[in-house]
Amino acid sequence: MADIEKEAANKETVIDAHNISKVYNPDTIPVYAVNNVHLHLLKGEFTALVGPSGSGKTTLLNLIGGLDKPDSGNIYINGVDITQLSSGELIDFRLKNIGFVFQSFNLIPVLTAKENVEFIMLLQGANQSQRDIRIKQLFSQIQLEDKLDARPAQLSGGQQQRVAVARALASMPRFVLADEPTANLDSQSASNLLDIMAKLNEEEGITFLFSTHDQRVIDRARRVIRLVDGKIVSDSAAVATEHA
Amino acid sequence: MWLVKLSWKNIWRNKNRSMITIAAIFFAVILSVVTSSLQDGIFNNLVRNIVSFYTGYAQVHKKGYWDEQVLDNSFRASPQVARTILKNSNITAVTPRLESFALISSGDVTKGGLVVGIDPEKENDITLLKRKLVQGRYLSDKDRSVLIAQGLADRLKLMINDTVVLIGQGYHGAMAAGKYPVSGIVKFGSPDLNERVLFMPISTATDLYGADGMATTYILSVRDIAKLQSTASSVRSSLGADYETMTWEQIMPEVEQHIKADTNSMKYIQGILYLLICFGIFGTLLMVMVERKYEMGMLIAIGMKKGRLVVLLMFESMFTVLIGCILGILVSIPIVYYLNKYPLRIGGETAKAYEKFGFEAVFPTSTDPSNFITQGLIVMGVGLILSLYPIYKIIRLDPVTAMKH
Ligand SMILES: Nc1ncnc2c1ncn2[C@@H]1O[C@H](COP(=O)(O)OP(=O)(O)O)[C@@H](O)[C@H]1O
Ligand SMILES: [Mg+2]
Repeated sequence: MADIEKEAANKETVIDAHNISKVYNPDTIPVYAVNNVHLHLLKGEFTALVGPSGSGKTTLLNLIGGLDKPDSGNIYINGVDITQLSSGELIDFRLKNIGFVFQSFNLIPVLTAKENVEFIMLLQGANQSQRDIRIKQLFSQIQLEDKLDARPAQLSGGQQQRVAVARALASMPRFVLADEPTANLDSQSASNLLDIMAKLNEEEGITFLFSTHDQRVIDRARRVIRLVDGKIVSDSAAVATEHA
Repeated sequence: MWLVKLSWKNIWRNKNRSMITIAAIFFAVILSVVTSSLQDGIFNNLVRNIVSFYTGYAQVHKKGYWDEQVLDNSFRASPQVARTILKNSNITAVTPRLESFALISSGDVTKGGLVVGIDPEKENDITLLKRKLVQGRYLSDKDRSVLIAQGLADRLKLMINDTVVLIGQGYHGAMAAGKYPVSGIVKFGSPDLNERVLFMPISTATDLYGADGMATTYILSVRDIAKLQSTASSVRSSLGADYETMTWEQIMPEVEQHIKADTNSMKYIQGILYLLICFGIFGTLLMVMVERKYEMGMLIAIGMKKGRLVVLLMFESMFTVLIGCILGILVSIPIVYYLNKYPLRIGGETAKAYEKFGFEAVFPTSTDPSNFITQGLIVMGVGLILSLYPIYKIIRLDPVTAMKH
């Protein structure tokens, strides 16, 4: 266990959230969707955010991803407090730093799989050769080299989510946020997607933070953060540290 | 460039809807081009008619003459007056007339008629009288002979070189009488004029009526008919209170009213067309914004700047509008040319009002290219203004709300 601690101390922090809260309907019946949460995530972690429906997983991921602003608290990503950024600055920040995978409808239906992945690189202004190299590499990693020119509608749900992962990675983000990426998939496809994500984590050191309420997905995580009513009730990393 | 490609692909994501929008723009462009060409054509046709019409574009009289058209309301036709009128740069020519009533007889037939003393050359420059000559020869300055309208000549059973006798009341109550040979016969489109008028050189007319150096009317012709109103009012003010200046609209209010009514109803049609285009485009935009709300939220979430999304949607609207416009203009070109060659013939009250003045109620379309360009630009402008709506929606779009299922 000391190894883990040492390893953790050496690794750089990617997400550092302090005392963040998000309250809906503060004037009528307040809902504390995220309630005074602390979260510390290191580079290379493979973390599941788990909890029942309505426990605040999506809200927390939206806050960390800079899609939504907390009512209180600060969120540092690579040392930048994103709660201080304007919504325009946040868009740019997301493009440069964060990869997103949503539950469904990640892709632009009129574009092919390849074009969907290329899209984010075009937004970043990458040149043709950079894009070609990256696309080749990513499609090999998601094992869809034969589906480059398929439209999203021609892909299965699991294949679509794999393309979404490729798109999230195409921008070379500091970490990937995935909100229930397997929720709409059958167990075989879900397991397949997890295999690919885990492999990317192990081999490329990609940092993943994904939410889920599926036990089989939870079992694949290296760290599990449990959320109930907007509060973190357990964190396997913290437990590991305490027991050290 | 990739944004342009994406916008093109997005247009065809819902083929039926795009086709309906394009079709709405297409038909609206055709109809608005045709109506505006028609409107122009009516105006041009009218201008042509008036040029050669008896009244001219505008007239100057002594104050009160129009209400009481008698010789005693004539004025001294001094070169001074003509010079004052010609000072206005939009006026190209001025010609005097002495118009008065007389009994016209030949043999045992007598008819009431209008005797018009003219300056033969100048009159022809303005009202193209020579073109109306169907028999005999035109007048020259020193002639003591007359031109007679065809209808009147028929009634009086007059032929070229026959003699007419004129009897009337001269200037200041004097007696006016004279005998004149017929040198030519003129034909007027207006039945009223064709039954009534008789022309003679103005010097002969002033002799007849004992109104030496007098005129009842100055006929004016103008260079730019669009400026007629302002030209008339400038003449009015430079001549002072002793004179009245009237435009053809005041002289023939019936024609003016019909033209106005017709062009107004065409303006309404055009207004409705533009509204149709607006609803067509706006309806599409509305559906697009609802259908693609999630996707747009997702694009902003992954890092697409709102400005780029706005540009994408602008391209989509512009492509749609452009396709409809170009197709519409292409198809309207042969239609407009056809209606120029085989013009519409209008019936009813308008036709009657026109015929009264001998105008043909035929409306060839104008093939002026500016009609195509203007209408096309208007529709594009409408499209651009309407695409402000998605811009507004995108600026306010919050990715979290947009992506909520
Ligand atoms: N826009 C909103 N307005 C009001 N309440 C909301 C809104 N979004 C989420 N909530 C509430 O916040 C709580 C957490 O929701 P959410 O983060 O979506 O949970 P999870 O993703 O774990 O299912 C829930 O009680 C939900 O009803
Ligand atoms: Mg959720």
